[in-house]
Amino acid sequence: MHNPTSTDVTTSETSHQPAHPRAGEYVRIAVILAVITMVEVIVYYQESLRPVIVPILLVLSAIKFSLVVLFFMHLKFDNRLFSTIFTGPLMLAFAVLMALLTIFHRVLFGA
Amino acid sequence: MATAERAVYAAQPSHPGSRHYGGIWSWVFTVDHKKIGILYGVTAFVFFMMGGLEALLVRSQLAVPNNTVVTGDAYNELFTMHATTMVFLALMPMSVAFFNIVVPLQIGARDVAFPRLNAFSYWVFLCGGLLINSSFIFGGAPDAGWFGYANLTELPYNHVTHGIDFWILGLQVLGVASMAGAFNFLVTIVNMRAPGMSFMRMPLFTWMTLVTSILLMLAFPVITVALIELMFDRFVGTNFFNPTAGADPILWQHFFWLFGHPEVYILILPAMGIVSDVLPTFSRKPLFGYPVVAYSGVAIGFMAWGVWAHHMFSTGLGPVADSVFSITTMLIAVPTGIKIFNWIGTMVGGSLRFSTPMLFAIGFIAMFVIGGLSGVMLASPPADWVENDTYFVVAHIHYVLFGGTMFGLFAGIYYWFPKVTGRMLDEKFGKIHFWLTMIGMNVTFFVQHMVGLDGMPRRIYTYPSGMGWDLPNLISTIGAFILAASVLVFLYNFASSVRWGTIAGNDPWDGRTLEWTIPSPPPEYNFKKIPIVHARDPFWEQKYPSAGGGHAIPAIAGAAHDAEESGEEEHIHIPDPSIYPFFAAVGFALTMAGLLVSSAPLTAGITTGIMIAPGASLPSWLSVVGLLTMLWGIYGWAFEPVSGY
Amino acid sequence: MAQVSLPADHAAEHEQTSTGLSNRKLLMWSFLGSECLFFGTLISTYLVYRNHSLVGPLPQNVFDIPYTSVSAFVLLMSSLTMVLALAAIQHGNVRQMRVWLLATALLGTVFVSGQVYEFTGFVRDGLSLQKNLFGTTFFVLTGFHGAHVTVGVIMLFSIFLNSFRGKVTQKDSLTVELAGLYWHFVDVVWIVIFTVVYLLPY
Repeated sequence: MHNPTSTDVTTSETSHQPAHPRAGEYVRIAVILAVITMVEVIVYYQESLRPVIVPILLVLSAIKFSLVVLFFMHLKFDNRLFSTIFTGPLMLAFAVLMALLTIFHRVLFGA
Repeated sequence: MATAERAVYAAQPSHPGSRHYGGIWSWVFTVDHKKIGILYGVTAFVFFMMGGLEALLVRSQLAVPNNTVVTGDAYNELFTMHATTMVFLALMPMSVAFFNIVVPLQIGARDVAFPRLNAFSYWVFLCGGLLINSSFIFGGAPDAGWFGYANLTELPYNHVTHGIDFWILGLQVLGVASMAGAFNFLVTIVNMRAPGMSFMRMPLFTWMTLVTSILLMLAFPVITVALIELMFDRFVGTNFFNPTAGADPILWQHFFWLFGHPEVYILILPAMGIVSDVLPTFSRKPLFGYPVVAYSGVAIGFMAWGVWAHHMFSTGLGPVADSVFSITTMLIAVPTGIKIFNWIGTMVGGSLRFSTPMLFAIGFIAMFVIGGLSGVMLASPPADWVENDTYFVVAHIHYVLFGGTMFGLFAGIYYWFPKVTGRMLDEKFGKIHFWLTMIGMNVTFFVQHMVGLDGMPRRIYTYPSGMGWDLPNLISTIGAFILAASVLVFLYNFASSVRWGTIAGNDPWDGRTLEWTIPSPPPEYNFKKIPIVHARDPFWEQKYPSAGGGHAIPAIAGAAHDAEESGEEEHIHIPDPSIYPFFAAVGFALTMAGLLVSSAPLTAGITTGIMIAPGASLPSWLSVVGLLTMLWGIYGWAFEPVSGY
Repeated sequence: MAQVSLPADHAAEHEQTSTGLSNRKLLMWSFLGSECLFFGTLISTYLVYRNHSLVGPLPQNVFDIPYTSVSAFVLLMSSLTMVLALAAIQHGNVRQMRVWLLATALLGTVFVSGQVYEFTGFVRDGLSLQKNLFGTTFFVLTGFHGAHVTVGVIMLFSIFLNSFRGKVTQKDSLTVELAGLYWHFVDVVWIVIFTVVYLLPY
């Protein structure tokens, strides 16, 4: 019985999704992750980059984070509800962290 | 349990190939949301009375100056346990009782998304409540306030009894119960609504349950970590809140209130949801500004995260932090105020019936406004510096939590009791209960505003005479005993109505929402046919399809019914009861309790419970038993064969 | 037709939900959302107390960045094997899934063993839970992460063993997907920890 407002879900729902990455894609992403990790370590050892190391590392790790979440966890292709229910708390956690670091004067924009 | 209800529950047949347990075991192994809701409600009310007893002892001690009813140490345990019990073991679980009983019925579902997880939540809650209260017989209850500020709770300052350890582990256990429930209701509300029930057609109580569940799942991890850190400090000797190692005890306060402030919204939103459902029913008018009320609830949920440090104005955060949190706190009064106006708007022009649920709902509005006003007074840091740690705050708390949450919960009890038991609570005793509560509450707590502003501090077991505090305290204590009497009236009403109350029928209140379309008490499967929803207040729409002018026109009996239900006869599947949630829950609680079993004597500087390093000792046998039970429970649960009928 | 909840195996086939999404998947993503707050609080603790230890050893005294980057690499690769396991079972290939699942569990075990080795080294260097703020916050943060990895390994081994009893087939790919979501999350937390604890200069 089909109702207009609900849909059947089968376990292989993902096989009905378009643009489902295949093994090759995943390996490519894994290679990118490995490369970024190597870059992070190289940057860590460059004395000349010390003044800007924090933003560089934060950006690089954010890229790794996003790649795993969007592709390995399939969030890019799944229903937006999943994105909301994950990124909402993620942003909250980040905001709380920033607020605490500010209050404890651990970041530059503290009082 | 009413005979009618007992008959319905007893009539569940055993089907070949399905599990069935009789008598008390049907309650222990149930996965039915209605039964679990009843378990929650009864247990919560018992804890409520325990918390009330603790309050009576506090008030007895404070009735006259220099009193000797209890010692200072005992007094500390009393106010700590009173608050911990009321917040975690009474108010929250009572709200959960309603989530359980009402939400699936309001959204047209047969049960929650994860029935066994639901059962697990209840048993973990019960075990957690027992664990915390067992501290009374194992050396002493926690005594550092329900907020357990470090480093007063650290070993050097709190090592005479194990109370704090019981508090830490008990709260961790309770946290797991709360979170499991939160996930369950989140998925249930998002995923199991009847066809046609969009979010904007859900009853407000369900809306508030949704927001509360999200708050729960986000706030509890924070206190879980804080408690872990405190536990490691006490058990293992780490330095999270140890100033001699360079740590800052203020961090505890930040973490606690990051949890604690969303927690108070967790406490009030369900009651607001109840009021939002009760008022329209007893005004025979739809909720005024439904979308605004719903969105205000969501806004409160968001803003709850930005105000926590208003509990810390007197800790020296600095003018910038103080100002920021003061502004955010005043802002959060806005969506709350919006709700108040919408509730009033619902009543204006309505055909009001002042039955007991309505009385409590209106009482809620009045009391909560008073509590909200004192809250705004506390939102100003300079004012707070005078008011903090005085009875002014105690007055505020109780106006919002008793006058607010408890009144809302009582409204819910009178409103939904007929649905659960099939009988009505007595109206005469209901009104006596209401007025005694109203009078008792105000006599107890209103004077506390004054005596607090006059300087009387909180959490001190006595006070000298000659401060001008004698008479207000005596009045307050008298009020507390009036409240005790009101509870007795309620208990009498409850017990006698369960047995001899008037038979209620499906729809005793001429209700507006789906739960009133099914028999009282509901059959195990709730709905014979899952309804198709066409509007907000679907049952009202069905009974009185509006015609021009918006006047209610009763539908021809039977006709509307047929039109509403879907054509096909459905195969109704009811999941079987399961033993695993119970054992997983008990196993988990024992694992935690076992951490308290220690052969090491408690002296300053020596850690309690398990020592990890240096000088590692064996894990306690109780934890091992608990862990094995829990793992067996979890594996059994995961691989349980499909069964049901 | 509203959802009636059924135990593990058969739930997915009968599920009809308001959003069309699986209940269990929604549960897992909500859980991961709450875990963001859990690890966020632990990481906040670490960062608030960063550089505030009164006595050593300090991070710069004990950290071996090349070593830790290898273990970070191991965990990243385990995410790859995990997603390959999922792809395999989604295409009905149980044998391939087993191979990749085992690989993931083994890589996870290597990671945790690597941490145990790393931490015993730190302890030998004089860093304990009780020594200073660094020891306290570091070991508790990474310890809870390691515990999460261990739980993940146990889950993966359970699915692996269950597949031999014929209990994991193409229609059960949701179970593998959910285990995968948990596993990737644990990996992602390590990405944050590796950067914020090890790499940011002291």
